[in-house]
Amino acid sequence: MRFIFSGIFFGFVLVKSEVISWFRIQEMFLFDSIHMYGVFATAILTGFIAIQLIKRFELNDLSGNQIEITEKDNSVSFRYVAGGLIFGLGWACTGACPGPLYALIGAGYPIYFIPLVGAMVGAALYGRFQAKLKH
Amino acid sequence: MIFDILNKPLAWYIAGPLIGLMVPLLYVIGNKAFGISSSFRHACATVLPKSIPYFNYDWKEKGGWNLKFALGILLGGILAQFTIPDNYHIDLATSTIQTLKGYGITDFSGFVPKELFTWNNVLTLQGISFMIIGGIMIGFGTRYASGCTAGHGITGMANLQKASLIATVSFFAGGMITTYFIIPFIIN
Repeated sequence: MRFIFSGIFFGFVLVKSEVISWFRIQEMFLFDSIHMYGVFATAILTGFIAIQLIKRFELNDLSGNQIEITEKDNSVSFRYVAGGLIFGLGWACTGACPGPLYALIGAGYPIYFIPLVGAMVGAALYGRFQAKLKH
Repeated sequence: MIFDILNKPLAWYIAGPLIGLMVPLLYVIGNKAFGISSSFRHACATVLPKSIPYFNYDWKEKGGWNLKFALGILLGGILAQFTIPDNYHIDLATSTIQTLKGYGITDFSGFVPKELFTWNNVLTLQGISFMIIGGIMIGFGTRYASGCTAGHGITGMANLQKASLIATVSFFAGGMITTYFIIPFIIN
C-alpha cells in the first residue's frame, strides 16, 4: 500500500504542475519557458541533497536495512545515447514520459492508453532483440 | 480557501522539490530507486514467455512495487482531476502558442491538443505517429537506455551518474528533433 500511496502523491503533483501536458513539453523543447527546466532543476537538487544525507548518515529504510544507492552501469555509453535518443523522439511525440502516461489516463485522457500499450510493446521488442543490440 | 489553492496549478519551485522528494521517500519506505519505465518491463514479464532472458525473472518480487507505484500514479491523476476546473487553460508562453498555431493547432484547452489525441485519430498518419509509434519509442528507448526522465533524469542525475547525464542529454536531443522537425512535418 505504501507504494500505491507514493504513486498517488506523485501522480497528483505531475498533474497539478502541468508537467503531463503535451503543450508544456513543446514549450520546453522550444525553450520558451522556465517552467519544465525549473521543475527538473529543483527536483534534481532536492534529490541530490537527500542522497547526500542518506550516504552521510548511512540511513536505514523502514525495515531497518541500510539504504543502498544503486548505480547505473557507467562502463558503457552507447545504450544511453541510442536508447536516450529513441525515447526522446517518442517523448516529444506523445508529450509524455512514462510517469505522465499513467497520470494522463487517470486525469481524463483515456486515449493515452494507446501510447501506454505502445510503450509495453516497445519494452517487449527491446527484450526480444536485446542480444542483437549494441550496448 | 484551501480549495482555492488546490484549484491553482503548482509553481515549478513547489512542484520540483515535491517530485525530488520521491527519491528519499522510496528509499526510506522500501529501499527502492525512484523510476517508472521498468514498470513496462515488469508488465511484459507478467505475460511473456520466460524463454526471453530479459523477461525471465520473478516479476512479483523484483517489480511488484513498481507496478503498484505506476497504478498509484494513475489513481493520483484521477484524484487531481477533481481539482481541475472546466475549460482549463495552461498559461503557456505566447511564443509557444504562436509556433504551435503555425503548425496548425487551434485548440489550447486542457492538457493535450484534442485535435491530435482522439480515438478517431488513432489510425491516421498523425495518430499512428504521435500515439502508436511515439509510445513504442518510449518503451523501447527507456528500456534500451535503462531509465527514463525519472530514473536517469532525476534519480541518476541527483546521484551524479555519468550514464544518467549522457542519457538525459540524449533524451533532450531526441525530443528537440521531434519538436523542430517531425511535428511540423506530420501536422502540416
